[in-house]
Amino acid sequence: MYAEFDLLTPAAVGGALDELAKVENEEDCMPLGGGTNLVVDLRARAVAPKVLISVGRLSGLRGIELGEGRVSMGGAVTVSEILRHPERSRFGPALIGAAQVFAGQMVRNTATIAGNICCGSPAADLVPPLLALDAVVRLECSAGSRELPLADYFTGYKSSVRKPNELLTRVWWPEPPAGSASLFYKLARRKGDAITVVGVAVSLARENGICTRARIALGAVAPVVERVRPAEAMLEGNALEPDLIEAAARAAAQQSSPIDDVRASGKYRRQQVFVLVRRLLSRAWRSLSEGDHP
Amino acid sequence: MSPSRTMTLAVNGRPRQVAVAANETLLETLRGMGAVEVKSGCEKGDCGACAVLLDGLAVDSCLCLTWTVAQRAVTTVKGLGTAADPHPLQTAFAERGAVQCGYCTPGFIIAAKSLLDNDTDDPGEDEIRYALSGNFCRCTGYNKILDAVTEAAQVLREEAGVQ
Repeated sequence: MYAEFDLLTPAAVGGALDELAKVENEEDCMPLGGGTNLVVDLRARAVAPKVLISVGRLSGLRGIELGEGRVSMGGAVTVSEILRHPERSRFGPALIGAAQVFAGQMVRNTATIAGNICCGSPAADLVPPLLALDAVVRLECSAGSRELPLADYFTGYKSSVRKPNELLTRVWWPEPPAGSASLFYKLARRKGDAITVVGVAVSLARENGICTRARIALGAVAPVVERVRPAEAMLEGNALEPDLIEAAARAAAQQSSPIDDVRASGKYRRQQVFVLVRRLLSRAWRSLSEGDHP
Repeated sequence: MSPSRTMTLAVNGRPRQVAVAANETLLETLRGMGAVEVKSGCEKGDCGACAVLLDGLAVDSCLCLTWTVAQRAVTTVKGLGTAADPHPLQTAFAERGAVQCGYCTPGFIIAAKSLLDNDTDDPGEDEIRYALSGNFCRCTGYNKILDAVTEAAQVLREEAGVQ
């Protein structure tokens, strides 16, 4: 490769954080996870760090834990590890749905959950389901750690609250309870190995015929993957009649700000936000209704 | 300049000492070592021509920096079988006409091997399509490749049943 850089391969998370602590200029040093985005960017000269710190194989960043009502994944857990986990049915169907249509097999075997978040792409497929599941991210530096909702992580196109000396070490979310449902749909030119045109994740909880919790997250239709809070608020506290679902889907389309690009026009994307949000909310609600009346 | 160091890389079970620069991809290292059965296509993780097994899982070698795979087992399509003693996937690709120009074939066979070893030994058509969606073939139209993987899976199941 023509790009020139040094590559540090620390043996443990602490060593990686010590190296990151020395970083003065954000552009000079970047953590390397699976590399499925970063190596492409290096080759294209889209980024030109002097030093990479390899963290994708650190044992402290691997492993999926279930317990105390949480699903918790180390930052270096790969998309395939999510799909192959024997307890994957407890993670939330929206996340499994996104992982299944994530790139191609070789990329799924390499790409990490933290890398998909940190690359900051508006089309990152794991992010809409993680937002719909109320994921929390942990950022660690050599001086300590902090946790914040993933919904507060992104500040703009490919920018976030992560400081140059911080590493995204863990992602966790409440284990989806009985009486909840989540779904993801990726609209793309083909089913496999394609960049998302519109990604939609929804998550609903239902008690006594009323929607008690609603999440709607949109990918690839704004500078960042984002929730549609006005539409969520319309749904919570109500029975989801078709008119209400349609109004929420309209609100989602209105909030989206898609661009025209080689994959689709902005106008088409916005129309598909309406169609897909309506479809996924209807399906998720129906699956919960069927649970009410066995 | 990127620094360089000598490292041990085990390719197809044979450890070898090789000088590798920090910015070298596994694809570049392997081809430099003579493993030219690993093909270079898009060099951005779309086409799968460069696929190899890393500890038994298919990865795009164009996206792996070689320093990060020290101590891990690398298997290329040559590590699966030889002309005299081919792997059932290699036999099925040849017999089913799943090879035309042949450039994509090593990557397809590696991706199929990873599917059969790690996910299912009896894949349906959709499972094969999703597992091979990161491999591009511009000749065959894919149908013969799907046929070959289905047939090889059956042969492997029968062989496993015999043993």
